[in-house]
Amino acid sequence: MDVRKTYKLFVNGEFVRSESGRAYRPDGNVNVPRGSRKDLRDAVRAARTAFPAWSGRTAMNRGQILYRAAEMLDGRGSQFIELLGGGARARRELDQAVETLVWYAGWTDKLSQVTGTVNPVSGPYFNFTIPEPTGVVGIVAPEDDALGGLVRRIAPALCGGNVVVALAAESHPLAALTLAEVLATSDLPGGVVNILSGQRKELIPWLAAHMDVNAIDVAGCTGDEIKSIEEAAAGNVKRVIKVAATERSPYLVSAFMEMKTVWHPIGV
Amino acid sequence: MATALSLTHLGSLMRGVRSVDEVGADERAAALAKRSIKKSSKLWALDLAVRCMDLTTLEGADTPGKVAAMCAKAIRPKPGDPTIPSVAAVCVYPLRIADCVEHLRGSNVRIASVATAFPSGQSFTSIKVAETEEAVRAGAHEIDMVIDRGAFLSGDYQRVYDEIVAVKEACGPAHLKVILETGELGTYDAVRRASILAMAAGADFIKTSTGKVQPAATLPVALVMMESIRDFVRETGQPVGFKAAGGIRTAKQAIAYLVLTYETLGPDWMTPDRLRLGASTLLNDVLMQIDKERTGAYQSPDYFTID
Repeated sequence: MDVRKTYKLFVNGEFVRSESGRAYRPDGNVNVPRGSRKDLRDAVRAARTAFPAWSGRTAMNRGQILYRAAEMLDGRGSQFIELLGGGARARRELDQAVETLVWYAGWTDKLSQVTGTVNPVSGPYFNFTIPEPTGVVGIVAPEDDALGGLVRRIAPALCGGNVVVALAAESHPLAALTLAEVLATSDLPGGVVNILSGQRKELIPWLAAHMDVNAIDVAGCTGDEIKSIEEAAAGNVKRVIKVAATERSPYLVSAFMEMKTVWHPIGV
Repeated sequence: MATALSLTHLGSLMRGVRSVDEVGADERAAALAKRSIKKSSKLWALDLAVRCMDLTTLEGADTPGKVAAMCAKAIRPKPGDPTIPSVAAVCVYPLRIADCVEHLRGSNVRIASVATAFPSGQSFTSIKVAETEEAVRAGAHEIDMVIDRGAFLSGDYQRVYDEIVAVKEACGPAHLKVILETGELGTYDAVRRASILAMAAGADFIKTSTGKVQPAATLPVALVMMESIRDFVRETGQPVGFKAAGGIRTAKQAIAYLVLTYETLGPDWMTPDRLRLGASTLLNDVLMQIDKERTGAYQSPDYFTID
């Protein structure tokens, strides 16, 4: 029997239709929910609620969960290859996405050793700097690379203990919405990753201006979009992350982190 | 009406209370809660929600310091923004009234105190009356009493009635709000009966819950109580206020109660003299929604004072 699938938004660990009831057809064939600003509001609220528990997990546990996501993604490989258009190119994109997850899974418990420092200061202080997660991170997925583009941005954000509200690529959101099903079965607590589909021009301004979003990743945005995002982000001094996301690097993780420096008196 | 009622009269009063259509009440409350309030109407409703709020702290761990902070927030909910009005009242335990008197001096914020062995109400009438008198002497303008649910549920309406009458007398000039604790009453019929009983005994307000029992305030229960008030007013001409309390945490819920009040009791009840919303953590969400309407951006609790 041919069962047609209803694609849904992923908010607070649940698969929901848009509260607006709207849908659009990115490829002229499949209906995809057209998320509204209220879906975005709900997603940010869910993420904010999930943040303390997720950032409080041990680094090792976060690594295990990211690794589990890689396993789940790999297990559904054939489905993703089909969604990505089939062929060697799709196969390569899937393999890279799985590798990316495994790679960042390994970095969770090494990050503070590599990016943290003990600072030599001229005074009776033990002075050290450690990375701390920024909080709720908005991610705008790039329009090319339907799966890899999003995984390369979500994985480093999660690695450091952030929570994510991601906008799927508007023109081909199916891989991103299916990735939500992978994340939902990876022991990731509800609300840690939320994935919305819809129109960029409708959602990005609300994400950029949202006072409870602490950082926004604009790797997938055009120059004009970045300009207006930066203006709106100034409202709560949001961190605007502009690093190119083609490579894997621990510095991509630290782009999502705040560096906390502690001055601890000694010999007093 | 509030003078002593004979046992036979009370019996016929209680028997005369008609039963409530439970499905109908649920449906009407749900339908009214869906009403969409936008833009300037929303701002007006949010402003009213602040003006009708009883900012509450009823914890065993309440300290003079915590009450002082709450009083400051009651007078000026958002520091630096004089367009936000003061709340209607603060609601505290009797021992904290003195702190409120000190910190609310010169403001219009009233002091409400729970009394009568709150939240269970399981104590001697003489003690309840004495507690009420002490609270009024300490400076409370409003007394939130609980009914003796044990007596009510066992059918001893006379005891409940007499106790409300006695406490009302002990209140003197202070307003009396009677808490029905609807979460413990079981059925809408019982809620309606308790509402009529409390109003007949002289309540100035009837209030849903203590906030200590789940479920606390729900919209259908509020509807049943408001309809009781409407019928009582029709019968006697005496207006009685309504206070919802317990579990109201979001501006959206608060607006739903305002819609319900407007549709059931009319515009005359859209004032702090006749409508109150008791809440400990509602105010910040209302302030955030006001800012959202004004700035066009969703807000964060990071930028508001802690409740």
